[in-house]
Amino acid sequence: MSKAFTPTADRPGVITGNDLREGHNLWMCDGGWTPDPRRATLFEDEAIAELALLEAIGQPGVIVGPYLVEAKRGPDGPEPVHFREAFRQRGPSNYFHGIQADRRTAEAQKTESAHV
Amino acid sequence: MFDIRPVETDYVRQRAAEFRAQVARRLDGSLTEDEFKPLRLMNGVYLQLHAYMLRVAIPYGTISPDQMRTLALLAEKWDKGYGHWTTRQNIQFNWPKLVDIPDMLDALADVGMHAIQTSGNTIRNVTTDAFAGAAFDEAADPRPYAELLRSWSTDHAEFQFLPRKFKIAISGGKKDRAVIAAHDIGLRLTEQNGKTGFEVWIGGGLGRTPLLGQVVRDFLPEEDLLPYVEAIIATYNLAGRRDNKYKARIKITVLERGLDVMRAEIEEEFLARRRDFHGADRDALAVFKDRFRAPSFRNAPIDGYEAERQANPAFRSWTDTNLHQHRVDGYASVAVTFKAPGQTPGDASASQMRLLADLAERYGHNDLRVMHDQNVALPHVHKSDLPALYAALREAGLATANAGLTSDIIACPGMDYCALATARSIPIAEEIADHFRTLGLEEEIGNLNIRISGCINACGHHHLGHIGILGLDRAGVENYQITLGGDAYDIPAIGERAGAGFPAEQVVPAIDRLLRAYLEVRQDPSERFIDAYRRLGQAPFKAALYPAQADA
Repeated sequence: MSKAFTPTADRPGVITGNDLREGHNLWMCDGGWTPDPRRATLFEDEAIAELALLEAIGQPGVIVGPYLVEAKRGPDGPEPVHFREAFRQRGPSNYFHGIQADRRTAEAQKTESAHV
Repeated sequence: MFDIRPVETDYVRQRAAEFRAQVARRLDGSLTEDEFKPLRLMNGVYLQLHAYMLRVAIPYGTISPDQMRTLALLAEKWDKGYGHWTTRQNIQFNWPKLVDIPDMLDALADVGMHAIQTSGNTIRNVTTDAFAGAAFDEAADPRPYAELLRSWSTDHAEFQFLPRKFKIAISGGKKDRAVIAAHDIGLRLTEQNGKTGFEVWIGGGLGRTPLLGQVVRDFLPEEDLLPYVEAIIATYNLAGRRDNKYKARIKITVLERGLDVMRAEIEEEFLARRRDFHGADRDALAVFKDRFRAPSFRNAPIDGYEAERQANPAFRSWTDTNLHQHRVDGYASVAVTFKAPGQTPGDASASQMRLLADLAERYGHNDLRVMHDQNVALPHVHKSDLPALYAALREAGLATANAGLTSDIIACPGMDYCALATARSIPIAEEIADHFRTLGLEEEIGNLNIRISGCINACGHHHLGHIGILGLDRAGVENYQITLGGDAYDIPAIGERAGAGFPAEQVVPAIDRLLRAYLEVRQDPSERFIDAYRRLGQAPFKAALYPAQADA
């Protein structure tokens, strides 16, 4: 993990940190925060990214320890580059907990409401 | 069994209330994260890879059935149904929400438990032999001394901001089961001319600079315990480095300044400090000795136990591996391993915790111990109760006969949970355990300590493994270094690195080659891996790990 990462067009990045109240991982998305890393804003410009990071740091009531980290463009949105970020986006490998479980729950609810 | 006195419960309640107010001030913006972080760390609250983590203290691993049930409540009500035993005899909860932690601390306070000094640069949980008060080879029961150190060190005003964290272990047995050589202070109970006292070690520790402790005092009379320990820590508090976090532990202070210089300063400080101790510590020790009285042991026949051993090979196998010799005839200490097939080393579900509480009441004189190897012991079980105990454990998946065998692996949470980790530990542990179980080689291999850490901080004690595995990040890929020849118990030793690291998928094949080589070269089945390694040195094992190089 490199907290000093600076994005460029070739090596874009996302801003991520932890939810203050509950602790789960969040990603910056259109100035707000999402638990879905695929919806994260992908920063390609150093200056814009650093301003956004300052904005994140300015929200201590929401986010803890925000940082910029490298990501790549994927078909469904930003994808992790380093395995540490991949684990943060998925959850632990020994239990189906964390984001992988939350995502399945969210998708099940979506399917359920589509059938109503 | 140690009972909690009202004054201590009041104190932990007050601390829980204090933390509730601190959380409220953080949430309403009165405290910044920088201001709040040291406060949460003082209460065992970390922010990990996916969530907050709460580390709860289990003083010297001793826990009552009611306290165990409270841990089950925490796991079920505020976490994801389980907790994780740590190598320092504590428990960690991996998924608490910050907003719930004050309620968790209140629930803990109801049974006299807390998370105080489970983090920060303070004196941490004092650890000891899980079989304390039960072991056949004990010079004296270490628990009253551990309790004395715990009471004295909790909120000790002088030692709240040490250069770095400080860990004390105390061992009562002839065989050291508390790993004293790898602690900042290690205390070994001993006798000299009919007097009880301690051999005092300082400067041990693992992490990025693994060092074994050295004996700073051959014999310390028991009545001088607190002034002497206070002198050691006061000396370190002044001399320890604060300019570099990685050089701040007492092991570096001893290394850089030399044992003799440290000893001279400690002895001088000791003489000065001893004058300020007027006997309250000795009175407290007498009280603690009384409170750790042995239970009323039963005298009953053990024919049923022997008959069940003959009749049931699975039971026999479990009794062969998971029992430890008790000082009282007819009794045994039981190691319940949390290393079943497919299980994360050291993880306990709420229902398993409740079962242990029930079984401790039914068969174990209300006594439970968290072991440093991430298992749980029932220190006092009459052998006639072992068949029933075994049957109940087996039903809950807790009767795996593997204590001290290949699959009884110590593993830190690694990058599955830990924010500091550089690679995962848990999947490697699970794969190794599965591999050798499937091959049916565990019994043949015999005693083997595999220890896995997911980073250089070495929470998985990899340096002390007969086989140690260290997970690293090599250019964005998980990579595992293997060390050989470490030992936590008989002849303390730091393992030596065997060579280049292995990618994750090559770790199991490498360990497979290593252990097959061991089976080839050992003199007979009584020669353990570590014994063969000591006899032959690294060469044959290195050749097995790196066959291409050996052929070249």
